[in-house]
Amino acid sequence: MNKKFTIVRLLCAFAIAVALSVCIIFAISEDPLTAIYNLFLGPFQSKRHFFDVFASSVPLIFTGLALGLVFKSGNFSMIADACLYTGGVVTAALAIKTAMPAGLHPILIMLIAAAVGGLIGSIPALLKVYFHTNELVTSLMLNYVFFYFGIYTVTKYLADREAGTFASLKYQPTAALGALIPGTKFHVGYLVAILAVVLLYFLVFKTKFGYEIRISGSNPQFAKYSGINTSKVIILTQVIAGAVAGLGGAVEQMGMYQRFNWQDSPSYAWDGVIIAILSGNNPKTVPLAAFFLAYVRVGADLMSRRSDVQNELVSIIQAVLILFITAERFMAGWKQRQEAKKALEGEV
Amino acid sequence: MNVLQDILNTLSLPEFYFAMFRSATPVLLTTLGAMISSRSGTSNIALEGTMLISAFVGVVVSAFSQNAWIGFLGAVAAGFIVSNILAYFILKLNSNAVISGIALNTFASGGTIFVLYLITGEKGASTSLESLKLPSLTLPVIKDIPVIGAVLSGHHVLTYAALILVAAVWYLFKHTRLGMHIRAVGESPDAAETVGIPVRRVKYIALSISGILTGMAGAFLSMGYVGLFSAGMTAGRGYIALATQAIAAGNAVVGMLASLLFGFCQSMANYLQSSNIPLQFIQMMPYIIIIIAYTTYCAMVEYNKKKKQMLAAAGK
Amino acid sequence: MGQGIILEAKNITKVYPGGVVANHNVNLEIRKGEVHALVGENGAGKSTLMKMLFGMLTPTEGQIFVDGKEVHFSASGDAIAAGLGMIHQHFMQVPSMTVAENLILGAETGTALKVDRKKAEEITKELSEKYNLKVNAQEKVEDISLAMRQKLEILKALYRGAHILILDEPTAVLTPQETEELFEQLKLLRENGHTIIFISHKLNEVKALCNRMTILRDGKTMGTYDISDLDEKEISRLMVGRDVSLAIEKEEEEFGKTVFSVKDLVYADQFGKTRLDHVSFSIREGEILGIAGIDGNGQSELVEAIVGTLKPQSGAVFLKGTDISAYSVLKRQESGISHVSEDRMKYGTAPKLTLEDNTISKVYYTDKLKTRGLIDSKKVNQFTNKILEEFMVKYDNSKQAVSELSGGNVQKLVVGREFDYQPDLLIMNQPTRGIDVGAIEFIRKKIVEMRRQRKAVLLVSADLGEVLSLSDTILVMHEGRIVGYIDDVKNTSENDLGLYMLGVKEDSRERIGGACHE
Repeated sequence: MNKKFTIVRLLCAFAIAVALSVCIIFAISEDPLTAIYNLFLGPFQSKRHFFDVFASSVPLIFTGLALGLVFKSGNFSMIADACLYTGGVVTAALAIKTAMPAGLHPILIMLIAAAVGGLIGSIPALLKVYFHTNELVTSLMLNYVFFYFGIYTVTKYLADREAGTFASLKYQPTAALGALIPGTKFHVGYLVAILAVVLLYFLVFKTKFGYEIRISGSNPQFAKYSGINTSKVIILTQVIAGAVAGLGGAVEQMGMYQRFNWQDSPSYAWDGVIIAILSGNNPKTVPLAAFFLAYVRVGADLMSRRSDVQNELVSIIQAVLILFITAERFMAGWKQRQEAKKALEGEV
Repeated sequence: MNVLQDILNTLSLPEFYFAMFRSATPVLLTTLGAMISSRSGTSNIALEGTMLISAFVGVVVSAFSQNAWIGFLGAVAAGFIVSNILAYFILKLNSNAVISGIALNTFASGGTIFVLYLITGEKGASTSLESLKLPSLTLPVIKDIPVIGAVLSGHHVLTYAALILVAAVWYLFKHTRLGMHIRAVGESPDAAETVGIPVRRVKYIALSISGILTGMAGAFLSMGYVGLFSAGMTAGRGYIALATQAIAAGNAVVGMLASLLFGFCQSMANYLQSSNIPLQFIQMMPYIIIIIAYTTYCAMVEYNKKKKQMLAAAGK
Repeated sequence: MGQGIILEAKNITKVYPGGVVANHNVNLEIRKGEVHALVGENGAGKSTLMKMLFGMLTPTEGQIFVDGKEVHFSASGDAIAAGLGMIHQHFMQVPSMTVAENLILGAETGTALKVDRKKAEEITKELSEKYNLKVNAQEKVEDISLAMRQKLEILKALYRGAHILILDEPTAVLTPQETEELFEQLKLLRENGHTIIFISHKLNEVKALCNRMTILRDGKTMGTYDISDLDEKEISRLMVGRDVSLAIEKEEEEFGKTVFSVKDLVYADQFGKTRLDHVSFSIREGEILGIAGIDGNGQSELVEAIVGTLKPQSGAVFLKGTDISAYSVLKRQESGISHVSEDRMKYGTAPKLTLEDNTISKVYYTDKLKTRGLIDSKKVNQFTNKILEEFMVKYDNSKQAVSELSGGNVQKLVVGREFDYQPDLLIMNQPTRGIDVGAIEFIRKKIVEMRRQRKAVLLVSADLGEVLSLSDTILVMHEGRIVGYIDDVKNTSENDLGLYMLGVKEDSRERIGGACHE
């Protein structure tokens, strides 16, 4: 009953999102069919676009994993945003200022970016444990702090004065993550992302610490009575989540960019929220959820290039999906009537 | 040394304090809104997005109607509608308040740009729209008092509205029936329900008021001094209000003080832009100060609890 | 039939989300001016029925009549307007507001813009004198006693003009003496023309107070009877469908050496209220030590201080001669303390997680469940099934959520988990609260079995019958202090305990010192 209901509800949420976007497109576009075609099928038009979807899903996988882990532990920190951004800045610094052999350079950068991400991730958690602050509130504000700090670092130490816009110097070629399929953006970073998925899956479902995360997230009181050190769980999960997000920043920079030009913080951490929700906070399904969102993203980009509908349509779709998927009582009436019928049949 | 001199100079200017009230206004309005929803037992994470949408709607409506007050009503109505959508999902469909709030914020940040492009063909700012501003008021008598007149008179009409609303919210919780119901519903919803208070409706009302106040804050941003909408112009003020609201712990006057602290930092940051401190450090300062204030507040609450416990235990 | 019927429920059926049928074709008829008992086991559907009568739930099917007219309540406000008042088991009050404010809440004096607090206080005093229900109008509810909160709850209903009062297990939080006082007040109300519905599963109380009774079992009505027509045995059979004896067979045991002791525990909470006031006692091998007291007199804090979830400001806890005061919760468990908490859904389980996740919480980190360093789902499955079968838990599969089980089965799971790792000290906090009779019997037997295995047992229970029938020794707590020490349990009655619980009687310090052994 429950599983079937979840699926029906999920499909309905998708149907609403699709219907709404089609309606909007028809309402505003001169050429709605082109827009719709590109939005939903654009990525299938060429090998390049199709693999772009994989490439675009890479940062989403990382933030989806990070947010999913944090949610699983019952916390609501958005610090992944700062971790990812700063991870990118660290990558820029190391990719410009250090020289190393090709294989070693990216690995070292990833490790350091992850470490920095973990460090930043720990701040809202430590504040929560020691001063009882709300981690959502502090993380939202820390995001601004680290964003400005990143901008400062890049303009002061790494900027390319000749670029004319906000951009760093070019990265050393040794620091690039190569393409997996030539002629596409599909890069080695995808494998790193999948490795992170596997590791987190084992962490959450097969280790002692994973059990502690799940219990603390589901019922912190029970965790406390079971002798679980909930403070440790809060801090360590956010460190791990921060490290994953920081790693994501590094992989994204080395896989997709030759220089650092994030003048605004990319919204990957916020996208992580929907990935985490779509995946049910389960690392195993994160790549699939990330693929879905990336697909819509790539489709929307094609749509905005080839028609008069802008790609910000995606955030509308995204919001509608989150709202309906997490609405516990969405279609609950339908479910309850079914249940009542079934239960009473058994009684008579 | 130089920096210290700059700060001291700034502190001696009446205009600085004037700017403090100006910068505090949107945060103060939002803080009051956050406080009302929070006391009714719902945390409104969608403040940021609500404010952004209101700011946008205010500009668009005022541009098309060529009437600033109709634009203002549009902004407030937008705040009301967004908060009711949020309320519908949280109260009726049992959604998680934080996640629904995040969804609405996502919607706001993309949706405003989407519509802005439809109307103007631009994605950055509404420069091509001829939108209007709401007026500023000169206070008779007070304006002639030296220093105080310069600080308190000549503010935007919404700044005065915000200060009046501080008293209104304080009175609401202290004396009115609605205020009593909001407190009851937030603290023990079951108790409220069993005495016939319509819990869900009270929560709807509380969220609606919070949306209206946040809508006013949005109107202030885009129809106050700037007179245009730009993408993401709320710059986290909706999140700051979550912190100031927590510091206020339900007390409107404390909420005002916390908002003024933010106004102080923001205005100081503006004055120091010409100093030799790197721009980015100045920009991050308000956020850092609010984090510190919020953390200190939480730590103090915790410390007082501990102290009380120790005293009671030793007293026997 | 028909005449003098003030409240009637006809063919009421209620199905909860999740498909639980709580009421099935239930019928109830209340006559004007009577005290009508609604009896049934935990989970028989009494509270569900009452919530529907009071507008807190809507029936899936069926009709409700007040004074012969059909009514459709969509909220409690409607029921209040129709003259119903409900005294809930968990008091429905706003702790940070005063007694007077709580009294008028929802029907305020003054205007919408200015609530008249003075008037509210006057009304409180007036009503309180009229019905002989003494309360303190200006005090905050968080500072007053449970008995006073209950009086306030009755006053609230009367203030709203209720002439039909529903009381949901009102005596659960009262001492025998307070119960008697309550009954006097209820009789006074009946003489004043009020109709009272009294929900209970305590048959002696029903006999003492009520005129007629309706019996519920498994969500169905088993009939309405005059009290004088049935004896307790017959009522009991109608309630549970079989004869049950809750009497526990327990052999005499010699106590062994001291296993566990606490010395001078002092704890004050965050509001500065003293919750534990120099508490000392010890428990010996093969001894069940019962702690009696009205809820909220320090029992929970005592248990928490022993388990380690709460840090007392001073005092020490010893297990097998070692001072474990500085130990973490985990280390205390590993040293040999197990704990069945007072609220299984809040502290004892993670209801949304699977039976497996909930059953392994004491051993998840051990090698018992691991293969090559990782948790082995096969081993987890085997471990879970073994415990659940041994403790007779009824379940479909070990991957279903705990929230899908009945209260009794959840409690058996918890007890099974806690007993499985062979502790030296068992803490049983309200072990049978709110579960069916079968599970109660089972769990009590298991406790006695642990005693036979020479374990030390600390039993905290608000059910005086349970404390008296299981314990070898009893301590009574009042306002955080131990006020009574009883070693002759056999010759002690509930009333004797009640005097201590009220703080009327207190043993000398020397005598209470007898609870500490070397």
